[in-house]
Amino acid sequence: MKLRNTAAIALAVAMPLGLAACGGGSSSGSGNKVKIGIKYDQPGLGFKDGNKYTGFDVAVATYVAGKMGYKPDQIEWVESPSKQREKMLQAGTVKMIFATYSITAKRQAVVSFAGPYFVAGQSVLVKADSPINSVDALKGKKVCSVTGSTSVDNLKKKQPALVPQNYDTYSNCASALADGVIDAMTTDDTILAGYANQDAYKGKFKLVGGTFSEEKYGVGLKKGDTATCQKVNEAIKAMIDDGSWKKALQENLGSNYKFNTSLNPPKQDACS
Amino acid sequence: MSTLFDQFSFWSAFWMTIKLTLGAAVGSLILGTIVAVLRLSPVPMLRFLGTSYVNIFRNTPLTLIILASNLVLWAKLGVVMANSKSPDFFNTNNFRLAVLGLTVYHASYVCEALRSGVNTIPLGQAEAARSIGLTFGQSLKEVILPQAFRGAVVPLGNTLIALTKNTTVAVTIGVAEMAAMLAKVTEDDPGLLNQAFVLTALAFVVLTLPVGLAVSWLGKRLAVKR
Repeated sequence: MKLRNTAAIALAVAMPLGLAACGGGSSSGSGNKVKIGIKYDQPGLGFKDGNKYTGFDVAVATYVAGKMGYKPDQIEWVESPSKQREKMLQAGTVKMIFATYSITAKRQAVVSFAGPYFVAGQSVLVKADSPINSVDALKGKKVCSVTGSTSVDNLKKKQPALVPQNYDTYSNCASALADGVIDAMTTDDTILAGYANQDAYKGKFKLVGGTFSEEKYGVGLKKGDTATCQKVNEAIKAMIDDGSWKKALQENLGSNYKFNTSLNPPKQDACS
Repeated sequence: MSTLFDQFSFWSAFWMTIKLTLGAAVGSLILGTIVAVLRLSPVPMLRFLGTSYVNIFRNTPLTLIILASNLVLWAKLGVVMANSKSPDFFNTNNFRLAVLGLTVYHASYVCEALRSGVNTIPLGQAEAARSIGLTFGQSLKEVILPQAFRGAVVPLGNTLIALTKNTTVAVTIGVAEMAAMLAKVTEDDPGLLNQAFVLTALAFVVLTLPVGLAVSWLGKRLAVKR
């Protein structure tokens, strides 16, 4: 009987806790912790390596959070896969998202963006010994990207005669490219450079064809959060001005990664 | 709403889901029956083969099987199921690999459903069939399997419903079915996401609910009265 009472009390105490944990969305950023959404599976950009988080997105996020008064140990990293980014911002699961998140008009209808903090462009990754050196040379070749992405459609406008393959993740593309069963993979040059700079593939891949689109990476915020947007923009500007932006870029994507210097470092858009 | 039909080609995604379901349903019914026969056979080696098949494939995650059919079977071992010169190569090849993966996985469930059907038949029937001189094959064909299928209509129907929903896993290797359409909507036009979710859920209800109703009706009608 006594045991049963104890169990009942334990349950009564635990239940509201469980409920509070579920409804914790509204508490993001309050207190002295800040929840930031990043990717966990994008080497060089946002990557979870054991219990460490590395990449350019992570570096920018850490710097911006620092300017907003959060020390690195006050940041709580949350995985935000492409499919869930809008929902996570709307529900308030995270305060900001740094996850190769391109600013587009359609997305601005649902969420707000600060930044951009980088302008990437679509490019093509091939094996280091491949004869493919331009987009024209992709005629009849097997080209890989991920399901849902517009990269292959963009490339098809320049080179209609290619054979597209889609996987659910870029890692599968990189693996197939290393095996030689596909000829090229295409998406933002930052993502490609991240794979080319990964230990497993170092020296095996090269970027070709230059960049042929403009992907402005923004910081995803809840719709209408102009206060945070202004703080983020100031922090990004400071990061570019004091040189840590360039340093973070070279550390994470390799010193021989050539980004588009006419568009980078970018000017931040006004907050609306 | 109309953008979902025009720009994101909802109907072709819906049709792809149906094609995957039908292809894998026929394939797994045939393969599953063969495995069930192996598990019922009097030869220990064949029984062992059948049991191993069920245990291996029933306990492997479907995502892994589908991904392996592409990244191992095709990429590493070079099994090509379509004309590799065709510009449509990946669409055809991935579709066939996905049907293969779904077939292999669901055959283990079909096999177990059939065995449950076999269990509804009194043992005396098999003994009687053997004692009037029918061989193993004959007693299976004339006595056991016809009754087993009738007794297994409901579990087979459940497997078919599970298969319909499991086709969404084919998105991992880039088959353009419903989950791929959802991924595209998320990427290009997140504002339409709620509509796309509701529409996809409705589409699956339209596919699975009639199957469920038909199966319970048929199950009652076809069951062998004893």
